[in-house]
Amino acid sequence: MEVYLQQLINGVQYGSIYALIAVGYTMVYGVLRLINFAHGDIYMLGAFVAYYVVTGLALHQHPSVGNFLFVLIVSMAVCALAGVLIERLAYRPIRNAPRLTALITAIGVSLLLENGGIVVFGADPKYIPTVLQSSVAPRGGLYISEGQVIMLAASVLFMLILRFIVMSTRFGRAVRAISYDIDAARLMGIDVDRAITLTFALGSALAGAAGMMVATFTSVKITPLFGLLPGVKAFVAAVLGGIGNIPGAVLGGILMGIIEAFVGGSALTTYRDAIAFMILIIVLLLRPGGILGKAVVEKV
Amino acid sequence: MSRRQFWLWRLISVGAALAALLGANVLIISLRSTGWLDDYTYRVIMLCGINILLAVSLNLINGITGQFSIGHAGFQGVGAYTSAAFTVFVVSPWMRERGLQGTPTGDSALLIAGIIAGAVCASLAGLFVGIPSLRLRGDYLAIATLGFGEIIRVTILNIEQVGGARGFYGIPLLTTFFWLYLAVIVLLALSRNLLVSTQGLAFLAVRDDEIAAEAVGVYSTRIKVIAFVTGACFAGIAGALYAHFDGYLNPDNFRLDQSIIILTMVVLGGQGSITGSVLSAVLLTAVLEWLRFLPTITVGGRAFSPSELRMVFFSLMLILLMLWRQTGLLGRREFGWHVVRQYWRLLRT
Amino acid sequence: MVRICAKSVLWLSVVTGIVFALGGCKPASRPGASNSSGDIPVGVYLSFTGSTATFGESTFKGIQLATEEINAQGGINGRKIALHKEDDRSDAQEARSAVTKLIQRDGVVAVLGEVASSRSLAAAPICQENKIPMISPSSTNPQVTQVGDYIFRVCFIDPFQGAVMAKFAAETLKVKRVAVLTDVKNDYSVGLAKYFKETFTKLGGQIVAEKSYSEGDPDFRAQLTAIKAANPEAIFVPGYYSEVGTIARQARELGIRVPFLGGDGWDSPKLVEGAGNALEGSYFSNHYSHESTDPAVQRFVAKFKQRFNGEVPDALAALGYDAANILFDAIRRAGSTDPTKIRDALAQTKDFPGVTGRITIDADRNAVKPAVILQIRGKEFKYVQTIQP
Repeated sequence: MEVYLQQLINGVQYGSIYALIAVGYTMVYGVLRLINFAHGDIYMLGAFVAYYVVTGLALHQHPSVGNFLFVLIVSMAVCALAGVLIERLAYRPIRNAPRLTALITAIGVSLLLENGGIVVFGADPKYIPTVLQSSVAPRGGLYISEGQVIMLAASVLFMLILRFIVMSTRFGRAVRAISYDIDAARLMGIDVDRAITLTFALGSALAGAAGMMVATFTSVKITPLFGLLPGVKAFVAAVLGGIGNIPGAVLGGILMGIIEAFVGGSALTTYRDAIAFMILIIVLLLRPGGILGKAVVEKV
Repeated sequence: MSRRQFWLWRLISVGAALAALLGANVLIISLRSTGWLDDYTYRVIMLCGINILLAVSLNLINGITGQFSIGHAGFQGVGAYTSAAFTVFVVSPWMRERGLQGTPTGDSALLIAGIIAGAVCASLAGLFVGIPSLRLRGDYLAIATLGFGEIIRVTILNIEQVGGARGFYGIPLLTTFFWLYLAVIVLLALSRNLLVSTQGLAFLAVRDDEIAAEAVGVYSTRIKVIAFVTGACFAGIAGALYAHFDGYLNPDNFRLDQSIIILTMVVLGGQGSITGSVLSAVLLTAVLEWLRFLPTITVGGRAFSPSELRMVFFSLMLILLMLWRQTGLLGRREFGWHVVRQYWRLLRT
Repeated sequence: MVRICAKSVLWLSVVTGIVFALGGCKPASRPGASNSSGDIPVGVYLSFTGSTATFGESTFKGIQLATEEINAQGGINGRKIALHKEDDRSDAQEARSAVTKLIQRDGVVAVLGEVASSRSLAAAPICQENKIPMISPSSTNPQVTQVGDYIFRVCFIDPFQGAVMAKFAAETLKVKRVAVLTDVKNDYSVGLAKYFKETFTKLGGQIVAEKSYSEGDPDFRAQLTAIKAANPEAIFVPGYYSEVGTIARQARELGIRVPFLGGDGWDSPKLVEGAGNALEGSYFSNHYSHESTDPAVQRFVAKFKQRFNGEVPDALAALGYDAANILFDAIRRAGSTDPTKIRDALAQTKDFPGVTGRITIDADRNAVKPAVILQIRGKEFKYVQTIQP
């Protein structure tokens, strides 16, 4: 029983990371109908920014909450900027081209970030020295590290902020209007370009935060291919929850985390990487719109 | 053109293609035996052939039917592994018992058996992925095929009989220039005939406007599944020929990178242009090898050989093509005798 | 219409022009093999890009250092070594292309590479067919050298190293229950785990849990939770240093206190960088100990640090260094650059004083050398014992 509970905690915690990335996918898809393949690489960028900030300023020598927040904010800002740049340079010129053109461009941008990353950052694994002292506290036989608690709490906080932005601000209304009908939104006087730029900035900042937190708290190696698999899995999570739907992305991400945790701990452990995609194909078969989404029939 | 004339021309063109193939075969064999053609150039020629098969078969799905697959390497992998397993574990022992192995006829029969096994399994895989996902929009299909490629890779990793992560080695080397380019000619003829036939119009209609095509009575799901299965089938054949050319397979050969390289070939050549895919497959294969011969360049204090930067070139090329020349080299045009004729006429006037 | 076609013809002629220009890369008349003067061409194929790029880079540093040393001493019999390196993009098909190019176009007299057994297995038949000796610095799968009599290696094979750790666990540590965590994508990890399990169960031990991860995973808690539930006395993680540190740290966070066991893939200064204090008290088998008083080791570590900005060499760099030096030694003893003579000299290598131990090449062209067991204490690798083959 304890084991199942522990796996549930592992799953929810890692799922919250998937959720943070999936939200970015789903928002961009909502406004542009584009699978932004480069999103996973923004997550990678977040981790690298954190690495260079921490080691460059030697922040690990004075671990504190302030330093942690500083690194988090810098990562988010740089990633937001990168997301906006990618949108400006690669996606905006082809916004009216067929959707597959945009998809191919997105794949190209993703490959460029990964392989350019090998040239710029080098291929050797890098580790972030701890910024925040992370201690372990067993609670009733269950083990949850401080890092896990912080990651989970931060994810929830980000989701709440995001919900507020999308539901209660002018920008959020603009985004919702665009995802409903981009042309009508433009006719209503909404600055579509600005809203799309902001969408990219917001989604990328969340991915950057996810990358920064994973790299800091799990002490995982950072390489230019860091975002490849999490990125693709987060996209599957977004499809699972219903693409274009923000609560759906969160739900899909957490479900994905839980499923992977249970599969990873079971006898099917060697198939763990394939599970995400098996789920995807089953979802496409049974409920193409995802759990919270609704199937949309293409209109003329 | 009367019926008789049509068949006469068909016969002549098939004969000409076969004669050209046989001629090239004899030429290659004699050049190799005299040492004019070294193993390296021969290898590049063979890899060109395999990439032509892959690019043209992906073009059937992406360019001609307007769908979007980025899991083509998965189908190649299915074909490669099943055909290799079939020849190594099933046909070879059977032939060895009867003393048929090692003879040219025996080798060819073995290769053909392997190709058929690979083609059948890859087609089935295509059907398996195609039916659920083809009812959906293009980008869903893209991600489903991507996922399928990963599933294939992970599954192969878990099958110890075919080597798992170590790879499958000891596959008989049977692929010759003749068989490979025969497969190329068959695929090219099939695609070309499809494009000029009334059947083919249905494929183009689905690409150009699915809803309008449905409205005039084209059963678009059926067309998409046919294109998908045919494409997968030829990717499987390419995989089978590759397995028996290199004699070694590894699950890593069939990861996303490989799918994207094939995709780049299609995009560069022009989505929908068969000759474009052929050209860009040859061009990219040759250029990638050519990069090995360039001197090293220094970026930020570190020396890189240009061939280490090839994936950077690839990605830049994809982006720039999409930004400035979405149609690729040839767009949807074909290069054939009609172009030569028109060009000749243009020159005379 | 005609204009469009004319334009496409223009495109086509540009393209075909390029293709023909490329086709014009004339095959170089294989220089080294026939000439008896000029530089000696030696081929290196490794993964400089792709998922295992860092292994290729490490190994190449070792090879580069060995080459620079020998060239600074005036080369072999008055001839310098010219390295030709090719990237195989961590891909087996590319490995075959790279080796074909090295042999056919660069006319190399011997080939060094690959790290991964899978890619060595892919490329070895080409070296065998062309009768060019190939030395793998670190492919541990027994099948690699079985490809033919031109294929050598300077590292342990999986059965030996797996047995070393299993014996150490069963006889010295006296543990009975061990869990195994393998990298399913990595043939080295899978192979080592297989032979460890074989020996360990033969010695009366029990494998209580077997889980797997794949290279690049950030989260191992699911597998570790399952392992913890099986209550092992030690955990065998035959992976690479790049993941082991993270695994250990997350294990400690889950309250797992037992020691970890591992193989030579652990040997890197990056190990403790990733692990922090989490691996204190854990053991791994290796080729040599940095602490070794052997002057060869001390000299190598010092020179490596000096050449590569203070970087401490890992096992891959040391093996690359040894592979290159064994090759150079064989070329010197052969007194010729004829690949067949080099092969014969390589096969007779005996008690070569390498950095990774005294290396003797046996009849199966595998390196015979002792293994050492190291323990991690105070973030350093402390020598525990030597196990003879």
